[in-house]
Parts: sequence; structure tokens; C-alpha cells
Amino acid sequence: MRVLAAMSGGVDSAVAAARAVDAGHEVTGVHLALSLAPQTLRTGARGCCTREDAHDARRAADVLGIPFYIWDLAERFRADVIDDFVAEYAAGHTPNPCLRCNEKIKFAAVLDRALALGFDAVVTGHHARVQDGRLYRSVDAAKDQSYVLAVLRPDQLAHAVFPLGDSTKAQVRAEAAARALAVADKPDSHDICFIADGDTRAFLQRRLGSQQGPIVDADTGDVLGSHQGSWGFTVGQRRGLDLRRAAASGERRYVLAVEPASNTVVVGPRERLAVDEIRAAGPVWTSSRPGTGFGCSVQMRAHGMVSPATVTVEDGAVVARLHHPQHGVAAGQALVMYDGDEVLGSATITAAGRIAADA
Amino acid sequence: MAYLDHAATTPVLPEAVDAVSAALGELGNPSSLHGSGRRARRRLEEAREQIAACVGARPSEVILTSGGTEADNLAVKGLYWARRAADPRRDRVIVSAVEHHAILDAAAWLEHHDGARVEVLPVDGAGRVDPDSLRSALARDPDSVAVASVMWANNEVGTVQPVAELAAIARDHGVPFHSDAVQAVSTQPVNFAASGADALSLTGHKIGGPVGTGALLLRRDLACEPLLHGGGQERDVRSGTLDVPGAVGFATAVAVAVDRRAELRNRLMTLRRALVGGVRDQIPDVIENGHPAERLPGLAHLTFPGCEGDSLLMLLDARGIECSTGSACSAGVAQASHVLLAMQASPELARGSLRFSLGHTSTQQDVDAVLEVIGPVVARARRAGLASVAG
Ligand SMILES: Cc1ncc(COP(=O)(O)O)c(C=O)c1O
Repeated sequence: MRVLAAMSGGVDSAVAAARAVDAGHEVTGVHLALSLAPQTLRTGARGCCTREDAHDARRAADVLGIPFYIWDLAERFRADVIDDFVAEYAAGHTPNPCLRCNEKIKFAAVLDRALALGFDAVVTGHHARVQDGRLYRSVDAAKDQSYVLAVLRPDQLAHAVFPLGDSTKAQVRAEAAARALAVADKPDSHDICFIADGDTRAFLQRRLGSQQGPIVDADTGDVLGSHQGSWGFTVGQRRGLDLRRAAASGERRYVLAVEPASNTVVVGPRERLAVDEIRAAGPVWTSSRPGTGFGCSVQMRAHGMVSPATVTVEDGAVVARLHHPQHGVAAGQALVMYDGDEVLGSATITAAGRIAADA
Repeated sequence: MAYLDHAATTPVLPEAVDAVSAALGELGNPSSLHGSGRRARRRLEEAREQIAACVGARPSEVILTSGGTEADNLAVKGLYWARRAADPRRDRVIVSAVEHHAILDAAAWLEHHDGARVEVLPVDGAGRVDPDSLRSALARDPDSVAVASVMWANNEVGTVQPVAELAAIARDHGVPFHSDAVQAVSTQPVNFAASGADALSLTGHKIGGPVGTGALLLRRDLACEPLLHGGGQERDVRSGTLDVPGAVGFATAVAVAVDRRAELRNRLMTLRRALVGGVRDQIPDVIENGHPAERLPGLAHLTFPGCEGDSLLMLLDARGIECSTGSACSAGVAQASHVLLAMQASPELARGSLRFSLGHTSTQQDVDAVLEVIGPVVARARRAGLASVAG
């Protein structure tokens, strides 16, 4: 196959490209320039698309002996990922920008262009597996990235190659070292790539401004404190709450709800975070549509928050009844459905509640 | 493989390779007083005299540099500093909109860090500076101008500027005039004295000499502050132990280039006609950029509407055709060319452009190789261009 390897400048995508070469594919490397104002140097695990990352990607491509280009997708990334991220927070949701990037950039803008240019597939360094058109978790549970790929449709997965899904991160690093790739010991990137200093709240404040609003007790309706913008909060969050009045019981308070219309943050005790009914919209099925009612396991955050569930699908919406209640399920995150290690599909969480409370 | 990127760098002439490797075997620092030093100095000064003779300069006007970028920086900054030191009113720097970044960014640096006021001369749709625009910029207040710089020939679209006319206007106003002649030497009649310019930039690697060699031709009577301080070589304007092998290789290349200039010019015009005509036969809506007559004979800058230059470049590269989009990169990201934008091209058209540049080793086979693949490549790039708009 003629394949396009997306090379971020990190160790995973370099080894993925190397394995594609070894598999006999005709590989071309591209680095996606996603930042409108790239920084020169990377600081630790933060940020991406610095000039240094582009250099590292190019150097890896040169070692592999493959052509390498930089594609400028900064405008698309801004419109589809960054603006969406800001709009979601403004709406009181908690978005996952990596998932959005896979959905709109890597396996849409990049894949479409690659196919038009005569490539057969896009290769990335994601830790996940594709077999016979079906998407599975990586063998490395700690590094598994199937959650942020669960938005891909069958036609996208058909052109996706993930050469790392059968390996652990440690094996990937060892292989990079054995291949004399200079990125073998480069730190992993963790934070949101377009927020170089890691301060999401300051980033949102620059984009959304600040506006004082109340922090309200869920039970009593008392105003317990104030905040500078409801967008700065995520359901389940505990830190960063400036509460002047302690709860009568002295319990810790958690964010239970974010209400942007009234710029209100609702807080309460941890047990009030527990939910067992999740509603989610816009389901995408990675292979075939599994029917209108089925048992599976669901995941509601990129890492952790997994529960067995009974799912029903009706009118383009998904309702998942969790067998084990979960704490801190936030609207805007993906509800990803798994059958064992296989990804069935995903939908965007719109609401979460208690079955008992609904009755 | 077909190499059509001679404007980026051109193969080193065998004569220059021989001259450099012979000189590398010789010992001596030209500044030393002993026998080895004297012998090195002799080789160096012979090289300098050869360069001077080939480009209509006096040997004492040749300041050897590490290439075009250094020569350009030295001209803009060095002349600005010296002229302003002599008269603090002289804080204006006049450059054309289509200069190489070695000029534009040097001027911008002076503006941001050293109080310069930079004025940019516009160009017409063919990339030419109107001499009247220089005249009126100077006439407004000639005593406040430190230096004016307009390139001899543009590296992206190949347009040749009316250098002698511009130099004469600057002279009439008592303002030093610099021209970047890096792209011109191999095909244009570059003669320092006849041009009337006060300073000219040259580089070795665009004419078949070694990379990292070049010169600023600078009139003796013109004060210029150095960028590099040290041992006081090159009239105290450019310190650093002199690179004798580099100078010898550069001189050899200049001599060969000037000797073969007329023949090369004719050959390149024929090849270019075949290239552009052949492309037009297959892609009727191709746009030829630059000046129809006043241009470098070996450079064809073409816009393919509906395509991304990046896509064209990659598809051609995969088929063994090496060319460029012509515009500078920032972190490897192709920027819409400042040259095309100055020529009033729309950003979309500017992005869909390729520069094919022919040189001393180019043959009809190189042209044929392009013509063999250009049709399907453009068709594919158009599909990809549409995909990235719609997708
Ligand atoms: C017009 C022009 N000026 C200056 C330069 C820079 O010359 P050098 O590569 O020798 O530093 C170039 C080459 O890239 C050029 O084309």
C-alpha cells in the first residue's frame, strides 16, 4: 500500500512509521502543523507542533529514508478543534479535543487529502488495534487510546493503520532505541497540545473573558462563594472552588452541575455525583450497528470510569444504564461502548442522572 | 531524477571542485607573515582579482563573505549604521517588496531594534519596481535616507529589475544603493562599475561554486560598519580568518559562469520555452508569473489554479521531479509567498504555485520528465485541493 504516516515528532508515530516501512508499504511522512504560532522549543511534556517537534519528525523520517512533508492544518485545527473546545466549555460541557482532532483532522481533513493524492491509508502511532475493520483496545491498557478513536466511522477505519496496538509503550521505546531513533527517550505529551503552558483555565479566560457568578449549594440553594466564569468548571471537580462558607457537615464539596445560562456552579457532596443513567447523542458505530438494546461495558472518560451497562438506542440517542454508579460524569465527554476489547461505538454525553431519582 | 531547482542551489562545477580540493591541500593563513602565509595570501588575492575582473569591480571592492545572506545583512545593517552614525537624521531604509528575506528581515530587525524607518517600494503585477516610486521616496527627504536596496533579479519569479536606472536615481539623491545580485550572475550582465550601484551581493552556490562563499562588492569610499568584529580582515569590515579554498572555488565558478554566460542564457531560454509551452499544452489555464521579457531565462514560476503547491511538490517528488514552491518556509510550513502577494496575486493562487528553475546542467530530458507527468499530477492535486476545501 501507499501510506501516509502522520509524524508528530514523538516516539510512537516514529515507530509506527518504521513498522509501516518494514511491512513493505510505500511510506511518506507528514507532520501536521496545527499551531498558528508555533513555539520554537518544546517544554517537557507540554505542547506540540513546535519547530523542535517538526525537526524531530523530519529527522526520524530521514533515518527511515522516507519522504517527509509538513502540512499546514492550523486553520482547520483552529476552526474544528480549538473553537469547538472553547464553545463546548462555554456551553457548560467538558470536551475531549484529542477525540475531536481524530474525528475532524487526522481521519477527515488529512485522510481525505491523502486519499485524493493517491494514498491508500493513514498510519498513526495511536495505541489501538484494527482487525478486519473492527477497532480494539491496545494490549497496553495504561496507554490504550481506543477511547479517542471511537468516533471513527467504518469508512474512516478502513483507511486507518495503527501499527502499535500489539505493543506496550515500553516495547515501543525499546524498539525506537534499537532503531537508533533519537526520539526514543523523548517525554510523552500529556496535556492539551494547544495550551502550551498547561493552564486550561487561563486559556479559557483569555478566550471567554471572566464574569463573576455564584457557587450554589445543591441542597439548600445557599450561595457558598463566587467564581469568575462557569466555563472554568467541570462536573466532578473539587479543587479550585473558592468557598467562603463551609458545608454544615464539614464535607468536601464537588461540582455537581455547571449552568452557563445563569453562570452558576452547583456544588454538593460526593455521593450526589453518583449517576447510573447516561444519555448521549449522535452515536457513531465503528463497524456494524449493534441493535437497539444490548449489554456492553461503557467508558466515560479518556482514562478509567468504566462500567458494565445496558444500552438502548432510540431516535439517534443512546441511553446507558450503568450496573455500577459512577462519579463525575461530564456532558461533552464521549460515552464509548465496548464488547470486551472491541469498540462498538461512541456518542456524546448530554445528561447523567440517577434512575431512582428520575422515578 | 530530474533536478529543476537550480535557484535553490546548482551543482558545483567540476572546475570548482578541483580548485577547492587543490587549495584544501595547501597550508597557510593569509594573515601570517611567513612563507606559508605569503603563499596563501597570494592564492587568496589572485582569487579576489579574478572575481573582481569578472564582475567589473576593483579587487579592493571585493569583501569576501559566507554567502548572500551575510552580504545582504552587511549591506543593509552596515550601511545603515555607518550612515546614521555620520548623520543621525538618516534613519530611513528603502527596500522593495520582493526582496529576499535576507534583506527584508535585516531591515525589519533595524526597525524593531534600532530605530530605523523602513519603507517598502511596491511592485507591479510583473514584480517590477517602478523607478518613479524610488524617485519620489527619495525626493521627499533625501537627507533622511540611510540606504536603498532593490534586488537585481528575483529568486521566486525571476523578474529582473531596472538596476542601472534605480542606481542612477539613488546617486542623484546622494543615497547609497545596494542590489542583491545573487540570482543574476550566471545569466545577467552583472558589472559593478557599469551598474552604478554602490554595493552588490554575490553568492557562490547559485553559480556552481561552493556553498558558504560569496562577496559584498562595496565601493571603497563607502563606510560600512562590520557585523563581525575580530582580526580586522577585509578592510576591517568582515573579520575572520579568510577561507582560501572557498575563495578559490568561488573565483573559479565566477570565471566559468561569466565565460559561459551567453551560451547558458540561450540554452536556458530554449529549454524554458519547451517547458512552459509543454505545460500549457496540457494545462491550458496555467498562469505564468513574472515579467514576460525582463526575467531570468532559466526560471519558470507557474500557478496551477485549484491546486496546493505542497501537493504538487509532493506528487512531483514521488515521480523524481525536484522543484520548489519558491516561497520561504516558516517551521517548514509553506507561507503564501510575499513576492506573489506583492504582485497582487490572491492568496489561493499564490499557494498553488511552483518554481521550476533550470541551470547549467539542465537538459531537454529534464523538461521531458516534467512534461511526462505534469498532466496527471495537476489533475490529482486538483482533486486533493477540492478535498481539502470540501472535507
Ligand atoms: C536573491 C537571494 N538573496 C540571497 C540569498 C541567500 O544567499 P545564501 O544562500 O548564499 O546565503 C538567496 C538564496 O537563497 C537568494 O536567492
